[in-house]
Amino acid sequence: MDFTLKIWRQKNAKAKGKFVTYNLKDVSSNCSFLEMLDILNEQLVHQNEEPVVFDTDCREGICGLCSLYINGRPHGPDDAITTCQLHMRKFKDGDIIVVEPWRARPFPVIKDLMVDRTAFDAIIQEGGFISVNTGGAPDANAIIIPKEAAELSMDAAACIGCGACVAACKNASAMLFVSAKVSHFALLPQGKPEAKERVRKMVAKMDELGFGNCTNTFACEVECPKLISVSTIARMNREFLWAKIG
Amino acid sequence: MNFSFLRFSSITKKIWMSLLGLFLMVFLILHLGINLCLLRKDPTWFNDAAYFMGTNYVIKVFEVILFGGFIFHILVGIILQLRNWRSRPVRYKINPRTDTPFFTKYMIYTGAVVFIFLVIHLMNFYFIKLGWKESPVPSLPNGHPDFYVVARWLFSQPFYTVLYIVFIIVLGVHLYHSFRAAFQSLGLNHKSYNSSIETFGIVYSIVIPLGYILIPIYYLI
Amino acid sequence: MTELNAKIPEGPLAEKWANYKAHQNLVNPTNKRKLDVIVVGTGLAGASAAASLGELGFTVKNFCYQDSPRRAHSIAAQGGINAAKNYQNDGDSIYRLFYDTIKGGDYRSREGNVYRLAEVSNEIIDHCVAQGVPFAREYSGLLDNRSFGGALVSRTFYARGQTGQQLLLGAYSALSRQIKLGTVKLYNRHEMIELVVIDGKARGIIARDLITGKLERYFGHAVVIATGGYGNVFYLSTNAMGSNASAIWQIFKKGAMFANPCFTQIHPTCIPVHGDYQSKLTLMSESLRNDGRIWVPKNKEDAEKLRKKQIRAKEIKEEDRDYYLERRYPAYGNLVPRDVASRAAKERCDAGYGVGESGFAVYLDFEESIGRLGKYVIEERYGNLFQMYEKIVNENPYENPMMIYPAVHYTMGGIWVDYELMTTIPGLYCLGEANFSDHGANRLGASALMQGLADGYFVLPYTIQNFLSNEIRVPRMSTDRPEFEEAEKSAGDRLSKLMRIKGNKSVDHFHKELGKIMWEYVGMGRNEPGLTKAINLIRILRDDFWKDLRIPGNLDEMNIELEKANRVADFLELAELLALDALERKESCGGHLREEYQTPEGECLRNDKDYMYVAAWEYTGGNNPYKMHKEELKYEEIEVKQRIYK
Ligand SMILES: Cc1cc2nc3c(=O)[nH]c(=O)nc-3n(C[C@H](O)[C@H](O)[C@H](O)COP(=O)(O)OP(=O)(O)OC[C@H]3O[C@@H](n4cnc5c(N)ncnc54)[C@H](O)[C@@H]3O)c2cc1C
Ligand code: HEM
Ligand code: FES
Repeated sequence: MDFTLKIWRQKNAKAKGKFVTYNLKDVSSNCSFLEMLDILNEQLVHQNEEPVVFDTDCREGICGLCSLYINGRPHGPDDAITTCQLHMRKFKDGDIIVVEPWRARPFPVIKDLMVDRTAFDAIIQEGGFISVNTGGAPDANAIIIPKEAAELSMDAAACIGCGACVAACKNASAMLFVSAKVSHFALLPQGKPEAKERVRKMVAKMDELGFGNCTNTFACEVECPKLISVSTIARMNREFLWAKIG
Repeated sequence: MNFSFLRFSSITKKIWMSLLGLFLMVFLILHLGINLCLLRKDPTWFNDAAYFMGTNYVIKVFEVILFGGFIFHILVGIILQLRNWRSRPVRYKINPRTDTPFFTKYMIYTGAVVFIFLVIHLMNFYFIKLGWKESPVPSLPNGHPDFYVVARWLFSQPFYTVLYIVFIIVLGVHLYHSFRAAFQSLGLNHKSYNSSIETFGIVYSIVIPLGYILIPIYYLI
Repeated sequence: MTELNAKIPEGPLAEKWANYKAHQNLVNPTNKRKLDVIVVGTGLAGASAAASLGELGFTVKNFCYQDSPRRAHSIAAQGGINAAKNYQNDGDSIYRLFYDTIKGGDYRSREGNVYRLAEVSNEIIDHCVAQGVPFAREYSGLLDNRSFGGALVSRTFYARGQTGQQLLLGAYSALSRQIKLGTVKLYNRHEMIELVVIDGKARGIIARDLITGKLERYFGHAVVIATGGYGNVFYLSTNAMGSNASAIWQIFKKGAMFANPCFTQIHPTCIPVHGDYQSKLTLMSESLRNDGRIWVPKNKEDAEKLRKKQIRAKEIKEEDRDYYLERRYPAYGNLVPRDVASRAAKERCDAGYGVGESGFAVYLDFEESIGRLGKYVIEERYGNLFQMYEKIVNENPYENPMMIYPAVHYTMGGIWVDYELMTTIPGLYCLGEANFSDHGANRLGASALMQGLADGYFVLPYTIQNFLSNEIRVPRMSTDRPEFEEAEKSAGDRLSKLMRIKGNKSVDHFHKELGKIMWEYVGMGRNEPGLTKAINLIRILRDDFWKDLRIPGNLDEMNIELEKANRVADFLELAELLALDALERKESCGGHLREEYQTPEGECLRNDKDYMYVAAWEYTGGNNPYKMHKEELKYEEIEVKQRIYK
């Protein structure tokens, strides 16, 4: 398969970026999207040009590092996957593919397609934990957790922190990310004691960092590689309301 | 004026927004009830209702809340929107192609259209009531403006009628997304009643605007 | 170097750890703040250690090369984590977990360490549940378990197919809390490239800020390395793209010994290789073997037709299928340990029964269990794995059997550590997959997560105090000291040398070539001529690397090619040591199969008389830079037997 790639190139955080066009020929349809970029980079190195920088590590859809906005969609034209799980068979021969970095005020570009997502860590540091020190925990079966609660909690905990929700949202809102963490803990008895403080602090941090607000377009849910539901956002709103008035 | 609400967290603002929005939706039903009196040949029902709305003290209190509600809803909506625009300083080259319900993305615009209509609407009726504006038709014997005739007079102008219908449709669009969204913002999202909420929202956003549109249509035929 | 001393505490096996804790030295709370500890790595081992040390009050500096601690490769572990809870009442116990682990490791690990591991395994589960890890539960609300290879009991705790993710997020949340409290300072996108040793003790590191390209100096009273395994020496593996051996290789060159480098694990259930552009291999969790049955056709003609896609797997009749694991190992069946399952797959494929286009794949079939349990149950258990498979292979595994083949997955070998997890450099510790401690010649499924967390939560926070209690009078040292300067210079020189080569070939080219050599000669089956050849080929490749490498861009800015080159440079050296170790170990055990030493049925032939030792390699420099030391292994509690899973 042959492709025309228009890729955002930006030397560093301060530099002005621009789109550069590359042509790539004879790519196997079984190739993953990132492997296709590897091939491009191999060619660039051969021409003594700097390769395109993008984040990636696990290449199996779990570390959450890969983060490309491909033809208008975070993680490209397939559902429930990350960019590293996208395969070229999802494109047509001769396609023009535009690749952009995640765009959001709290996610500044570091270089080319790599962005800084430490804002997410900052939010977790505010309250995305249960304050338990190592040692002294009761027996794991001492507190019974209904299977349904555990399953729902796991649904939310599956978030990989890739930021596709922010990238997809027209308001660059981080509600799905934050609510996934809030829900994960809110659904477990262990998370209850700190629930109010957690949601208050995490939401305050989210606002402070400059993410947008939710306007319920639910684009985040559509693009989430882990299919996290917007019902977690509702749960967070509920938790938040309780934290304020309850 | 105290601007501390500006510092409210995003979710608090959203919660206010949806509460006020829902309140306005209830008001729309009430208002429609009164408007439907226009369908009667006999103007007394309508004018009585208008008279009641204009003089009753309970209603007067509500009026203040209503205006406050409108202003707040609009103000908060604008504040949220300004922030949303700022949260992505560098735009994408390719507009998002994520598959989302079409109108959800245009709430601020449909809202703005509704706002324009609101102003026109206020000028046409409320200003007369306040005496800021001369009534285009003679008043009632008790001295109150004859809104029944005002309405009929307005709908007799094709331009106004078309504008009215368009505005009401836009309002419907605004409400179409709003209802479900308001519940979501208030934290009410559960798979066992989501579909009921959604259905109700759809029915509401079609039936209510249809009700409003019915009036000029009725006059036409 | 003097005699290796594992410092195993006195007393009966079951009391050693308690004895140790009762008698070790501790640091008083006010002194803890004055002591700096560097922790490199934020995987299960690193994050749990950094968080726990922070909770205790030490001043911790924590490093990772990714943008966030949450992305360490522990995140990718799917199947589960073992513990001796015996919640299933199926006869499990600390002793049995200990026994299974030693046996699974083919009697090449230390009794003392492994017993302690089994002992603290239960505390790990308790702690993780308290942290909010959403483990799978039964309808009763109690914790659920599944079975893993090499065990006759159900002792594996899991969170869907994302156990590693959930455990890591637990450790990450604890770490985040400490970062907020200020006890831990995080240095993300920083890669450690050199160790600083002052007066014989580890006192700091040199790290490269991957964004600015600058080299930075960091001081610590002690240094903890938890940088994961070195499986990427094979290029294609289930490891992450960035997984590297640079930190352990640099400490090795500074005097820490490297133990059993040849003990690498080939995992039987991975998605087969499909093209030379391929960048990594994807694991299909071992848990699939709970319900999937492995087979190849009985007739070569059928295999041939399958390879040519003339027929489909479904069309092969039941009696024409060879469920070779069930046939050869009736007791354990499809749940034999990984090394056994991998070798059996290779044997069948080499004999011409393999399927898939390349002929290097076997079937993992769920037809029977879907029939027995229903599609829904299978979906609930493995839904995400099936989805992952379908996305990669473009085939529906509910309808056609999965195709799998072994792939490099884990490295049992690693930095030699004693009972305290201290390396041969005082003050330098090594945790997690990076050390060699607990898995002998083969690791059982679901025990790496257990080991990483045991090391980080429950072992190191104690044992490191035994060392630090003697350091309370040592003030923080300035990083202007000549030792720091020198370390930075040597690291800087190495990087500039790489930049100056300005040859014609990319880093990936060399890495791929290295991978081919390693897989061919140092992979699943090894023999003397092959290993000798491999060592030669590696040397030639390394020379070529240093002559013909090309790195575009500059030194003092983000440069991904330079990052990779630095890692590959280290792999090119480690590869040789790995092959050398494999050559020296003239026996077959666990994941190390020397083709010369097999039973007639193709099982491993161990040589306990001559090889029941840990091969700890020392770096001496010069032309023959590697010198072997032996730590004899003594089994007091366990009777050493042939490993039989029949
Ligand atoms: C696909 C897969 C599935 C697995 N499934 C299971 C399972 O089901 N059960 C089980 O028990 N085990 C499993 N394992 C094994 C287990 O996950 C690992 O052995 C274990 O997680 C390793 O943890 P770690 O903390 O030692 O290292 P890692 O999690 O690899 O962490 C390494 C850390 O070191 C950092 N680092 C590395 N190099 C440097 C450097 N030079 N400078 C600075 N920082 C550096 C990285 O940033 C990272 O934070 C699996 C492994 C894989 C690959
Ligand atoms: C009769 C008039 C109106 C009614 C009944 C109404 C009702 C609602 C409701 C129920 C919502 C949903 C709240 C939520 O998303 O949580 C909403 C959203 C919104 N409204 Fe209105 N509204 C009206 C007029 C206006 C006007 C005049 C504006 C102004 C400009 C406006 C702007 C908005 C905006 C921007 C939103 C989206 C808010 C968001 O989702 O974040 N609305 N409206
Ligand atoms: S590279 Fe890890 S999720 Fe894509």
